[in-house]
Amino acid sequence: MFDIERWQEIFDTIRKNKLRTFLTGLSVASGIFILVILLGFGQGMRNGIAHEFEQDAATSVWVWPGMTSMEYKGMNPGRRIQLRNENYENWDQMNRERIEFSSPRNFVNGISVTYGNEALVYGVQGVSPQFQFIENAKMSEGRFLNQTDHDNTAKVVVIGQKIRQDVFGSLETPIGEYIDISGLPFKIVGVYKEQEEREEERMYIPLNTAQKVFNGGDRINNLAYTLPPAETFDQAVAEAVAFKDQLQSYLQQAHTVAPEDTSAIQVWSALEEAKRYYSLTRNIKLFFWFVGICTIIAGVVGVSNIMLIVVKERTREIGIRKALGAKPWSIVGMILHEAIFVTAISGFLGLIFSMGLLELVGPHVEVDYIMNPSVNLSVALSTVAVLILAGTIAGFFPAWRAANVQVITALRDE
Amino acid sequence: MIEIRDLHKSYQMGSNSLHVLKGINFKAEEGELVAIMGSSGSGKSTLLNILGMLDEADTGDYILDGVKIEKLSETKAARYRNKFLGFVFQSFNLINYKTAMENVALPLYYQKVSRKDRETKALKYLEQVGLKEWANHLPSELSGGQKQRVAIARAMAAEPKVLLADEPTGALDSTTSYEVMDLIQQINDQGNTILVVTHEEDIAHMCKRIIHLRDGVIVEDKKIDQVRASEYVQ
Repeated sequence: MFDIERWQEIFDTIRKNKLRTFLTGLSVASGIFILVILLGFGQGMRNGIAHEFEQDAATSVWVWPGMTSMEYKGMNPGRRIQLRNENYENWDQMNRERIEFSSPRNFVNGISVTYGNEALVYGVQGVSPQFQFIENAKMSEGRFLNQTDHDNTAKVVVIGQKIRQDVFGSLETPIGEYIDISGLPFKIVGVYKEQEEREEERMYIPLNTAQKVFNGGDRINNLAYTLPPAETFDQAVAEAVAFKDQLQSYLQQAHTVAPEDTSAIQVWSALEEAKRYYSLTRNIKLFFWFVGICTIIAGVVGVSNIMLIVVKERTREIGIRKALGAKPWSIVGMILHEAIFVTAISGFLGLIFSMGLLELVGPHVEVDYIMNPSVNLSVALSTVAVLILAGTIAGFFPAWRAANVQVITALRDE
Repeated sequence: MIEIRDLHKSYQMGSNSLHVLKGINFKAEEGELVAIMGSSGSGKSTLLNILGMLDEADTGDYILDGVKIEKLSETKAARYRNKFLGFVFQSFNLINYKTAMENVALPLYYQKVSRKDRETKALKYLEQVGLKEWANHLPSELSGGQKQRVAIARAMAAEPKVLLADEPTGALDSTTSYEVMDLIQQINDQGNTILVVTHEEDIAHMCKRIIHLRDGVIVEDKKIDQVRASEYVQ
C-alpha cells in the first residue's frame, strides 16, 4: 500500500484511462449520494415529527367535555356536559402521585379587552399556575401566574409573545402596563413564548379571578394534565392510557354518562398519539434503510460489473505484464489498489457532496413533518466502507482469475 | 546457455492426446543466433513457449544458464522470466496507453528499479533502436517497424540472458523486416543469445544456425553463413 512506485504506476493508469475511472467513480459516488440523501430525509422526518409533539409536554392528557350521545339512567341524549371545580379537585386528590402538573381551564366569554383606546380581540383564559408547564411555555419576560395570584384573586395577566409584538411593540417592556378587561384594570406580569404563534395569542389570568370576577361560577371548560416521566417510552404510554381510561370513567360516573359514550367526555393523550407517529416514523426509517441498502446493492453490482469489464479489457495487458515478469499477486494488487483508490475517492466525494447538500439545504427545509434532514457521520462513513469493501471483493475474483490465466492465452485475447 | 534434453509435450484434446514435442534435444551457447523453423503444427511455438516458461514440458530437462527450470509456480516462473528472458512477439504486445519509454521501462518496474533509473535506462535502449525522439509517443502513433523496435528495446531493457523472438517479422513488410533483423543482428553482435522462431527462409538465413522442426522432432540442425540484413537496408 505504501509502495510509492505502485502509486505512481496507478496514477499513470488512472490518468490515461480517464473515462473508465470516471464511470467507476460516478457509480460509486451516486450510490453514496442517494443513500445519504435518503437517510438524511428519513432522519428529517423523525426530527419533524418529534418537533410537532414538542409543542405541548409529551406526557400531557387533555379533557374536553362534549355532548352525550346515548340515553343513560333516564337521561336523554344530547345533554351538554359541564365540568365543575369539584371534578378537578376530587380527581386531583385521588391521583396526586400520578399527576405531575394539572390545570383546569376556563374560557372567559362576553368581555371586552382594551389597552388605552385600542380594542384587543384575544381570548382570555383562566388557568392554574401549573398550566405553563403543561403548555411547555417559556417566559420571555416577567413571570407566569403564581399561587398567590390565585389565592388573592389578583387582577394580573400573562400575555403571549405575539400580543406583545402586535400591541406593545413600541414599549421596552409591557410588564407593569395595565389592560382593561370589561372595565377592570389587569396588570401585565409576564410574556410567554410558545412553539406555535397561534398559541401566543392568548391572555392567561388566574382561574379564581376568571370564575369570580367574570361570573364563571365553578365552571371549567377543560382539564389538562401532565404525567411524571416513566422509565421507558412503552411504560409511559401504558401509564398514560391507564390514566386516560380511569379519568374518563371517573368523569362519566360523576356526570352520569354511559360508559360506552365516548363523545360526552373526550380524553386525549399526547403519548398515545405520539406512539402512533413514532411507530410510523420507525417504519419510514426502516423503509429508507431498505431503499438505501438496495441502492448500495445496486452500487455494488455496478462496481462489480465495471471491475469485470475493466479486468476483461486489461487481459492482454495483464498477459504482457506477466511475460515481462509480473507475479500474479502484483497483478491482483495493482488492479485492487486502483479499484480501492477510485472507489474510496469517489465514495468520499459522494459523501462530502451529499452531506454538504444536507448541511446547506437541510436547515431551510420548512415542510410539516420534515425538519433539518441530516445524517449520522459514522453511518455515512460505514456505508462508504461497505462499498469499498464490496468493490474490493467484487474486483478480487476477476483480478485473481485474470492474474492466473496463462500468458499465451492472455496474449491471444483481443 | 540453453540446454534441452529429451523434451516431451502433449496436449489433451478431448479424449485424444496430441503429442506435440517428441523428444527434443538441443544446446545453444552464449552469443548464438538460432532460427527455429518449421511449418505450422511442427511444434515450434510450443517449444518457444516452454523455453519462455509460458508453458511447461511433460518430461525432459530444461537448463537455462546453469539453472534447472522445473516445478514452476506462477510466481517462480514470473521471477525467472523477469531475470532470464526477453520476449519479442509477432503482434508487438505493447501496452497501448503507455508511451514508448514507459513500455520499455516496464520490465524494470518488475525488477524494482527506481523510477529515475528506469527512465534513464529506457531512453538508453530506445536510443539503441533509434527511437529516442519517439520516447513520448504512444504505440498508436508509431509504425509497425517502430513498434517492433520498441518491443525489442523493452525486451533488452531487462538485460536478459536470452532473447526469445516469436515471428518478430511476421506482421511486417520485407523492408521493415530487414530493419528489424538488422537490429537483432546488432544485439547479437554485442554477445546476446537470441532464438528466433520464423517460417520465412530469408529471415532464418540472417541467423547463424537453423533448426528445422517437423512433427515434433528436430530433423535438421545446421550452422550457416549469416546474411547480414544491413545489406538490404539503405
